Amino acid sequence: MAKVQLHNISKSFGNVQAVRDVTLEVNSGELYGFIGPDGAGKTTLFRILTTLLIPDEGSCTVLGLDVVKDYKKIRPKLGYMPGRFSLYQDLTVEENMQFFASVFNTTIEENYDLVKPIYSQLEPFKNRFAGNLSGGMKQKLALSCALIHKPELLLLDEPTTGVDAVSRKEFWEMLAMLKNEGITIVVSTPYMDEAEKCDRVALIDKGKILRVDTPENIISSFEKTLYGIKHPSKYTLIMALREYPYADSVQPFGEFVHYTDQRHEFPVQDLLEFLTSKNLTDAEIRPIFANIEDVFMELMEAQTNE
Amino acid sequence: MSNYAIETDKLTKIFGEFTAVDEITINVKKGEIFGFLGANGAGKTTAMKMLTGLLTPTSGKALVSGYDVYTHSESIKKNIGYMSQKFSLYDDLTPEENIRFYGGIYGLDGQQLSKKRKELIQSLELEEVRKKLVGSLPLGWKQKLAFAISIIHDPSIVFLDEPTGGVDPTTRRQFWERIYQVAEKGVTVFVTTHYMDEAEYCDTVSIMVDGKIEAMDSPKNLKETFKTDSIEDIFIRLARAAKRGDR
Amino acid sequence: MNSFRGFVIKEFKQIYRDTRTLVVLFGMPVLMLLIFGFAIRNEVNNAKVGVLDLAKDEVSSVIIQKVSSSKAFQIDAYLTSYDEVESIFRKGDIKEIIVFEKDFTRNLTRKGNASIQIITDATDPNLANIVQTYTKAIIGDYVQELNANIKPDVGIKTRTKMMYNEELASVNLFVPGLIAVILMLVSALMTSISITKEKEMGNMEILLVSPLKPSHIIIGKVLPYLVLSIVNVFTILILSKFIFGVPFVGSYLLFFAESILFIVTALSLGVFISSVANNQQTAMMVSLVVLLLPTILLSGFIFPVESMPFPLQVISNIIPAKWFLVIVRGIMLKGSGILIIWKETAILIGITLVFMTLSLKNFKVRLQ
Repeated sequence: MAKVQLHNISKSFGNVQAVRDVTLEVNSGELYGFIGPDGAGKTTLFRILTTLLIPDEGSCTVLGLDVVKDYKKIRPKLGYMPGRFSLYQDLTVEENMQFFASVFNTTIEENYDLVKPIYSQLEPFKNRFAGNLSGGMKQKLALSCALIHKPELLLLDEPTTGVDAVSRKEFWEMLAMLKNEGITIVVSTPYMDEAEKCDRVALIDKGKILRVDTPENIISSFEKTLYGIKHPSKYTLIMALREYPYADSVQPFGEFVHYTDQRHEFPVQDLLEFLTSKNLTDAEIRPIFANIEDVFMELMEAQTNE
Repeated sequence: MSNYAIETDKLTKIFGEFTAVDEITINVKKGEIFGFLGANGAGKTTAMKMLTGLLTPTSGKALVSGYDVYTHSESIKKNIGYMSQKFSLYDDLTPEENIRFYGGIYGLDGQQLSKKRKELIQSLELEEVRKKLVGSLPLGWKQKLAFAISIIHDPSIVFLDEPTGGVDPTTRRQFWERIYQVAEKGVTVFVTTHYMDEAEYCDTVSIMVDGKIEAMDSPKNLKETFKTDSIEDIFIRLARAAKRGDR
Repeated sequence: MNSFRGFVIKEFKQIYRDTRTLVVLFGMPVLMLLIFGFAIRNEVNNAKVGVLDLAKDEVSSVIIQKVSSSKAFQIDAYLTSYDEVESIFRKGDIKEIIVFEKDFTRNLTRKGNASIQIITDATDPNLANIVQTYTKAIIGDYVQELNANIKPDVGIKTRTKMMYNEELASVNLFVPGLIAVILMLVSALMTSISITKEKEMGNMEILLVSPLKPSHIIIGKVLPYLVLSIVNVFTILILSKFIFGVPFVGSYLLFFAESILFIVTALSLGVFISSVANNQQTAMMVSLVVLLLPTILLSGFIFPVESMPFPLQVISNIIPAKWFLVIVRGIMLKGSGILIIWKETAILIGITLVFMTLSLKNFKVRLQ
């Protein structure tokens, strides 16, 4: 049975349409990602799932219950971590945990095994006020508090935003471990590279679903042939490529510029000569695999052209 | 005249018993894009505050745009641009009003301001939304406006504190193209970011761990030194070894 | 009840860790009491008055003597003619001029009546009233004395006496009102801020998506301030009794019971405001304007309700503090028992129930 079902969900706030005609399902035991930038509608979807907002149109069930009618039954079963940090800054780490445990009518000891891998990192600081923790530690604490009552469904709204790369990596390692315990997890993130750590993802932009699939399928769905071009003068390279008459998309990706050509197959040599003519000698060109971000941008552009 | 926009020598900041920044020595060449990386809690924000004249160091030296941070912090503030994480624009003013306000703060007089205002509205393609409140604009537009405003007084250095947070991938890249354009004109760009691929766009990258600079070199050289082809790898290796357990 | 208990514990911890607010909440009542008690007085001492004695006979001299020797007055000017009246007042020092007509004593003894004119500077109406009253009292007393000697069977004798607060000590007036104001301030203001603070910080989201019931959240938020307010009541009572000597004639038990009722009323108003306000600023503004200001101005705290224009008198009926003041003054100064103040008590209970119900209904279980 699907843990979460959204059918044709739409929601507006005044003139702004936050989400439009969203349909998707999350299966039991999945690590499911909502991937998209700020304003895509991720938080709105989360709030509909946690029964905090009522959709304008469409239907939504969570754990088999209707979000509008059965909200009282749904709420105690969820583990929710909202976008803005929502723990108590003036309580200590331990007090926060005790509070959330008691609110869910349990104790820290009862489900300690579940949170141990995460909470054990916090325990040395258990008497520190939550407001004095660093970003990464706050995320871990929030996750522990959301888990303490062993919820059936974990909903994490942008848990890694604003956190450094190491903490982010560790956080996803913790999520993978939780998934192995059989907990269904729905996460949202603006970081495209994190999408590859999910079982399935929904790419969202401007309130609409661009695509739903496994990361592998999404990557292989990239329609064009992708090339990576490298040259020490990065900016000059980008400008030059844009001037190339057959250039389709030119996007910097760190060391390489991701390039697609308008033609089906293009003569690499021709491009190299063009670049040399622009004083960009010895550029390196090779075909590469696309990643989620490439696909996302391709889909975004298709949307704008609609 | 020095070749460096920013020079520090064993710059340190201690709060009580806690050494936030531990004798860092960095040199940022004029006109380069300098990526200042580090985990949360590593001391990046404190270091930036010292360089932007907002915090007095405990010890060590630092010159920003030739000015001493101890004695000429006001001159520093006048000669640099700064864009913070939350973009620092007024949501309940229009783009024009924001430009006018910040331009005034940076000391532009009426005529200069008027000229700049028209220039910016045009180059940022904000004509249609000139009269709209900034709060109603999409994030990407706010970002480009905030950036333009941070350099409205043509500073020689601009500090960008995680400027690309949250925007979509295309907008992120467009933003970096603006950074490139600005660097081409000779402005030094000092930028912090959580996106590892953005580190690659920089001329020099430094990684701060536990208050110290653990690596500082061009991306290419760093990758050779650490024998890897990803900056993320280097970052994770260095940051994981951090003793500051509160990560 | 585990979740409720956990919630209440958290609330208590958060409040007593906020030392700055605690200092205000406990210190302010003491400060207010001291200020009102010592600095603001409605009594009159050494008010400067002037005398225009056109009679210059026995009776007028005696009266003038009595005025002069009274603590309340200080004769600063002896006028010689009516023309001086205006200019004396203009100077501003003199608050009142007592004028004795020519042939005062003769008129009194022969015709049976004589007039004294009392001209008061009413730029400060409160003061003017008091000064006049004192003057009339002095004169009235003497007239009675005279009557006893000269005409033993003159018509109606009037006696005046001030009941319950003979010295008209203003502190006795203020203390009950102060209790009301402080309780209203603490309970309403702090509760309204406390709940909206949760909303603002985003914590309300997590609390909603949990087994906690809205009633638990409300009661849990309110309980610490109930305790705090009770402590404040004790403090004010002790201070007013031992520093200012304010009398306490009635039952202490009844007093505390009614105080707790009023606290609950104030709390329910605070909760109501926070259920409709979205941020702390709004909650604070609304609390101040809608609760605190009317409590100070319209409840009878300083200015008597009876002197207010009719529409305001009507409005004052919905101000809980008005009824509480009647109750508290009754208990403290008159020793009223429950049988006397049951009506006001019932009204307070009614107001409380109304706002509690409204709050619960209005409590947003969703974010929109």
